[in-house]
Amino acid sequence: MVNLINSIFRKLTTPTECLRYPFVKRELPEGTRGRIDIEIDKCTFCGACEKRCPSNALKVTRDPKSWTLNPYSCIICGYCIEVCPKKCIIAHKEHYSPNV
Amino acid sequence: MIRRNTIPFGPQHPVLPEPIQLHLVMENEKIIQALPAVGYIHRGLEKIAEKKDYIQDVYLAERICGICSFMHSQNYCQGIEELMKVQIPDRAKYLRVIWAETHRIHSHLLILGLLADAFGFENLFMRLWKVREQILNIMEKTTGARVILGVCAIGGVKRDITPELSDYILRELEAVEKQLPELMDSLLKDYSVKQRLIGVGVLPKDKAHELGAVGPVARASGLRMDLRETGYAAYGDLDFKMVVGEAGDCYDRTMVRVKELYTSLDLIRTALKRMPQGPISVAVKGSPPADEVLARIEQPRGELNFYIRGNGTRNLERFRVRTPTFANLPALLHQLTGCELADVPVIAICIDPCISCTER
Repeated sequence: MVNLINSIFRKLTTPTECLRYPFVKRELPEGTRGRIDIEIDKCTFCGACEKRCPSNALKVTRDPKSWTLNPYSCIICGYCIEVCPKKCIIAHKEHYSPNV
Repeated sequence: MIRRNTIPFGPQHPVLPEPIQLHLVMENEKIIQALPAVGYIHRGLEKIAEKKDYIQDVYLAERICGICSFMHSQNYCQGIEELMKVQIPDRAKYLRVIWAETHRIHSHLLILGLLADAFGFENLFMRLWKVREQILNIMEKTTGARVILGVCAIGGVKRDITPELSDYILRELEAVEKQLPELMDSLLKDYSVKQRLIGVGVLPKDKAHELGAVGPVARASGLRMDLRETGYAAYGDLDFKMVVGEAGDCYDRTMVRVKELYTSLDLIRTALKRMPQGPISVAVKGSPPADEVLARIEQPRGELNFYIRGNGTRNLERFRVRTPTFANLPALLHQLTGCELADVPVIAICIDPCISCTER
């Protein structure tokens, strides 16, 4: 009985664990693998990322110069970032928005 | 008059986290036979693995399971490293142990929560999952993802744990350990919980051995089998002690998992303390030779086997996966025979079924 009363008072004085989303948003830690993006000015369109992508989410063409990522196929593994010779592919902390 | 009925249990059932169907042949309330029906989420992963590059297969292997994903990639990498005779740095071995053990804690907390939910203790379920959140936060902060970590690579690991992160992990583990005794008392000492677990789904030691049970199911029956004792990765240097039960019932299975939580916490602390300085990966060049290897690892559910055969090219000749749930299914069917219908959810959850691994 004492335990029960203790427990009730402890819970009443403990703040809630949940964040009041959307007013308070969760901070993502540094290094989170989120949205994949490219600095297109640096890209040489070599196609190394397209060749290595495990889920075939990337399409790169030299003529016309284009780099396209299919966000529905991308598994955000980061392999393209590792193999890019120009290091122009980057991962943002934020994830893809639902209406991408 | 005894009437014989067959009841389909699953594939959609409130207590089942994943789809498996059990045809339960009943005589009144008693089960006289249980037949499994699998194949609802077969993804053809083994065939896809043959079509992809052996490095791309690391990401594929990681996605075999959504709960113990790191251990799948670790086992695959260990297999390929053995095949290609690659020696990885010691620091990478320790880092692999740390992430594997955080995965074990989160997996055990997950299934203990689901078990609490299965016998109707929803408050305990939520509180266990709240603790699990802290473990997921550790993984997110150290690797950049919460479950599919993506840090294991052939030749080592991709990210390091800095001294600041190490301090953070130790602080979080201490906070987790402080919360555990109260929750575990509810799980192991509560009268009504004991009534639901003790003597339910008994699997004797000889039967566990005969049916090839693995992991906590086998250890709860008294079988001393835990691959971490073989000392793969860095386990050989971490004073690992195996947890073994006696009775082989649902209560002992729960107790083994609870004790393993503390073992894993100790292993992470020891690994952080003893982790040597140095590189975290070595460059691997070339392709797997035309040879074969059987990679084994201790997953939260038991022994995971990968059979990998190379052919000298960048594609594998064969990639075969034997998951612990597959090995535990005959034991589950044995436990279900003769039990009451009301005990089926608890017995099914107690083997910690992971069907998407099993069906690949």
